[in-house]
Amino acid sequence: MSPTITIAAGAASEHRTLIITLFSVFVAATLVITVWAGRQTKDAADFYAGGRQFTGFQNGLAVSGDYMSAASFLGIAGAIALFGYDGFLYSIGFLVAWLVALLLVAEPLRNSGRYTMGDVLAYRMRQRPVRTAAGTSTIVVSIFYLLAQMAGAGVLVSLLLGITSDGGKIGIVALVGLLMIVYVTIGGMKGTTWVQMVKAVLLIAGALLLTFLVLLKFDFNVSELLGSAADNSGKGAAFLEPGLKYGVTGTTKLDFISLGIALVLGTAGLPHILIRFYTVPTAKAARKSVIWAIGLIGAFYLMTLALGFGAAALIKPDEITTSNKAGNTAAPLLALHLGGIDSNWGAILLATISAVAFATILAVVAGLTLASSSSFAHDIYANVIKKGAATEKEEIRAARWATVGIGAVSIVLGALARDLNVAGLVALAFAVAASANLPTIVYSLFWKRFTTSGALWSIYGGLVTAVGLVLFSPVVSGKPTSMFPDADFHWFPLENPGLISIPVGFLLGVVGTLLSKEEPDKAKYAELEVRSLTGTGAH
Amino acid sequence: MATETPPPSKTPAQLPSTEEFVAVSESAEFGELRSSYRSFAFPLTVAFIAWYLLYVLLSSYAGDFMGTKVVGNINVALVLGLAQFLTTFLIAWWYARHAAAKLDPKAEAIKSRMEGNA
Repeated sequence: MSPTITIAAGAASEHRTLIITLFSVFVAATLVITVWAGRQTKDAADFYAGGRQFTGFQNGLAVSGDYMSAASFLGIAGAIALFGYDGFLYSIGFLVAWLVALLLVAEPLRNSGRYTMGDVLAYRMRQRPVRTAAGTSTIVVSIFYLLAQMAGAGVLVSLLLGITSDGGKIGIVALVGLLMIVYVTIGGMKGTTWVQMVKAVLLIAGALLLTFLVLLKFDFNVSELLGSAADNSGKGAAFLEPGLKYGVTGTTKLDFISLGIALVLGTAGLPHILIRFYTVPTAKAARKSVIWAIGLIGAFYLMTLALGFGAAALIKPDEITTSNKAGNTAAPLLALHLGGIDSNWGAILLATISAVAFATILAVVAGLTLASSSSFAHDIYANVIKKGAATEKEEIRAARWATVGIGAVSIVLGALARDLNVAGLVALAFAVAASANLPTIVYSLFWKRFTTSGALWSIYGGLVTAVGLVLFSPVVSGKPTSMFPDADFHWFPLENPGLISIPVGFLLGVVGTLLSKEEPDKAKYAELEVRSLTGTGAH
Repeated sequence: MATETPPPSKTPAQLPSTEEFVAVSESAEFGELRSSYRSFAFPLTVAFIAWYLLYVLLSSYAGDFMGTKVVGNINVALVLGLAQFLTTFLIAWWYARHAAAKLDPKAEAIKSRMEGNA
């Protein structure tokens, strides 16, 4: 065992009671919220959309809570701590992406849909095939994203409680899965939203505290912080410039461009983010939520700079990598160092920050599970299997059972993915969302000529290309860091498929439309256009 | 709050007919709303994506330029990265202002007339 793990685990085991108490307080509080929300959940609009009664600010907070995942907090801070400037590139893509949601998607979606992304995709198309496609891609994207969160939970707990055995990590993954099933089946969207709001406040408060402590160490002199980070990293000025991670070869440079495109176009195609806009009464409130989210998320990412460079300046790089190869534990380790390694404060700070990270994971997995089970129940069960004849009660029952099913699947997959890089997995979810979902959303809303076959080509084509390229990429095989390091069947050189799969998704939408003889439903498009811009008849 | 809870039917009772939607979509008033929205949102989307891609390409292929020191240990890369944050905040604020001044009044006028007629 490395010294840091021993220290962290030693400090942790001494204060194990404290850590478990903090976890339990958060879990108990969220369960109370869930039960309270469950009592108020009566009809489908309550379960899927939290009764559409949240304010723009509340939803902005919840959107931030839904978006700032373990990848943001643990992954980005860790990437900055290890690769310096290249870690910061993630934050920029994750933030700029919100402008796509703000300018093109949030308000039209709120105005014309009811519960799911499929509502908008299928609005003027043949319902059954398009809803099946929308449901499929919703579930695939959400499961990719879920895996990342599950892997993050395993990492965190192994650091915190000194559990390094596989059995222990799998146990934690199962616990996370169980809690998210409880949150979603009982609390529905209302409970999930409140859990996400609480988590957003905790996460921002935790980041503020650490940022303040880091800056205090350097007398609020940012240049000095950067200088010490560069020195301590052993890489000098290069640590503050782009290229340490992605500038190595021509291939890694292309990989970075691929990642950059996936990040900026992925957000507006993430189903668990999109359904959040149904929780407010109007498109104006949806706009307000995005504006709040941009402010909160932007501020948070600025703080991850301080956390990442702070960790680089104060902790030896090999201490970070021996604790977790991908750097996922840099933020909790930073808390320990800021409080003092041998002091009670260090352990208390470590426990607090880890509890915040755990809360982060729980809130995000609840959002993801809700998105996929809603889409299963509303798009696939009610509109495809029952052909629109399901009662609301049947639909909600289907959503609850789907939650249990998706929870079980993600526990199994999460246990398998427990050692994968958290930020990398999330980037894949973004690539799939940008390839399979965004083209159809944009064409449906703005291109009159777009047809059902265009939508199907784009969704399935984007989905298959993105997932297929990942399958044959170094993420899955051929490298020591791959999912199957001992096998090698990769031929696609990039880790992120976005550079190819996103243009393919957009292109196939056009090709599928032009090749089909199908006439677009012009009247239905007029209806969608008027509704999406004016909010006439919005639910 | 309660007014936002939709009735259990597939579409709300006040939804106008398809003919009305088609008529409105062809009206000059809606045309103005559409172009006021599109002529603002579309070029701005292209612009911020281009600005972001420029930043991504500079990070990949212009290492020396990005590494130029500006003040102390703060280099061009950091300044440009922070500039992306700044432009994101500014565009969000600018769109919110445009929407409140130019889009919302038009949209509300059409909506209330259509729902009133139905």
